[in-house]
Amino acid sequence: MDKYPEFPKEKHVKKKAGWKEIPIGGMITKAGSSLLNKTGTWRAFRPIKDDSKCIHCFMCYVHCPENAIRSDGEKVKDIDLDYCKGCGICARICPVKAITMKEEAEFNE
Amino acid sequence: MNEKKILPLTGAYAAAEAMRQINPDVVAAYPITPQTPIVERFAQFVADGIVDTEMIRVESEHSAMSACVGASAAGARVMTATSSAGLALMWEVLGVASGLRLPIVMNIANRALSAPINIHCDHSDSMGARDLSWIQIYSENAQEVYEHNLLAIRLAEHKDVLLPVMVCQDGFITSHGVENVGIFPDDIVRNFVGEYEPEKFLLNINDPVTFGPLELTDYYFETKRQQEEAMDKARKIFLEIGKELSRITGREYGYFEAYETKDADVIIVVMNSTAGTAKVVVDRMRADGKKVGVLKIRLFRPFPYEEIADVLKNAKVIGVLDRSMSFGANAPIYSEIKNSLYDSERKPKLQSYIFGLGGREIYERDIEKVFEELLEGKVSNKKKYVGLRE
Repeated sequence: MDKYPEFPKEKHVKKKAGWKEIPIGGMITKAGSSLLNKTGTWRAFRPIKDDSKCIHCFMCYVHCPENAIRSDGEKVKDIDLDYCKGCGICARICPVKAITMKEEAEFNE
Repeated sequence: MNEKKILPLTGAYAAAEAMRQINPDVVAAYPITPQTPIVERFAQFVADGIVDTEMIRVESEHSAMSACVGASAAGARVMTATSSAGLALMWEVLGVASGLRLPIVMNIANRALSAPINIHCDHSDSMGARDLSWIQIYSENAQEVYEHNLLAIRLAEHKDVLLPVMVCQDGFITSHGVENVGIFPDDIVRNFVGEYEPEKFLLNINDPVTFGPLELTDYYFETKRQQEEAMDKARKIFLEIGKELSRITGREYGYFEAYETKDADVIIVVMNSTAGTAKVVVDRMRADGKKVGVLKIRLFRPFPYEEIADVLKNAKVIGVLDRSMSFGANAPIYSEIKNSLYDSERKPKLQSYIFGLGGREIYERDIEKVFEELLEGKVSNKKKYVGLRE
């Protein structure tokens, strides 16, 4: 895709909105609002990619359930930690073992 | 009033005739006795190219209602029909339909629930679904089935309602009994039902929305509160649309039909076809000078508490006839009638009767006996059973 559509900058309802204020039936009235939900906060293991080993086969890219593997269109770039839930599928699928999972606790500031 | 065509139709065919005129975009259904002739007849209309409907044949009622939910969310006008175990199998998705505020109209040919397996009429199926946020309209005969369908589609799709509606009729008794049914001209009916124009729908790529996302402790409660508001509004809107329909049919669509209740000492409350039998009994007993009446409830969800209390409060004794049970508790209609009268200053005596489970016949003489009992003031807190062998 050349260009992403414009995604909402804020949720379609304000925080703690009352029943009169929210859309009926729990409907989300703005597309792309899941980007506002930073699923990276759930992560217990962090994928670390060794760029010297990566062969840019894109296996991790197509298997990532969160679309968290970033690419510049030609090469696998990095992993978006805002959304990576740490499932480890990328590490498991990588044919050259370029990705390893490390405990999140190791990165605590 | 408009010129109507009188056709010999069963209740099932009357429902199909209404569906033909409504011409829904999608019908997804699975056959089950005694509902089958509704979708069978309608499928013929589809096959003959009389309607533009996409008919989805599915492998179960769970799938039928799921397909209805998908189609309705996509922006289509959707109808279906079921009975008994079929409705039970839809259970999970019934709540999805109402929770997502999808205005699906479903005909129910009321039938007993298993076990023991039984194909005949009682109201256990739809009564079990009474707390699932579906509007419920009950029909005495085939004519009412036809007209209630027209009312239901407008009520469901009203922007202040947006709730699914069940139009109930007695399985076999109404669904398979042939009556003279007045069908109003297609153009007049189509003008009345209009087009469904949803404000938000899935296939609108210019205004993309998500149906059915997760709501946990944060918003679920608020969403449910909205459904209660919609039910509340549906009360008034039901009457408004009913008035509009009256201009076509010449009949009235109140929450109930109060038959000879004004000066009645004893009133029987009942729904669907048995109301017809009860009215015959009232006519005969009135001729003998006995002050008896019948309250036939049309709108069961939302329930018209105040209006019902208003009709019943001046009677001495009320007998409530339920064709279903709430095992270990008061029967469904009886509970609501008792609730209605709690806030009333005058409180008539009440007696609960259970009748007709699994299609057990109820005759004029049975209803007359109930009236006689109530006229003698024989009431208790205990359930009584009509037509049950001890």
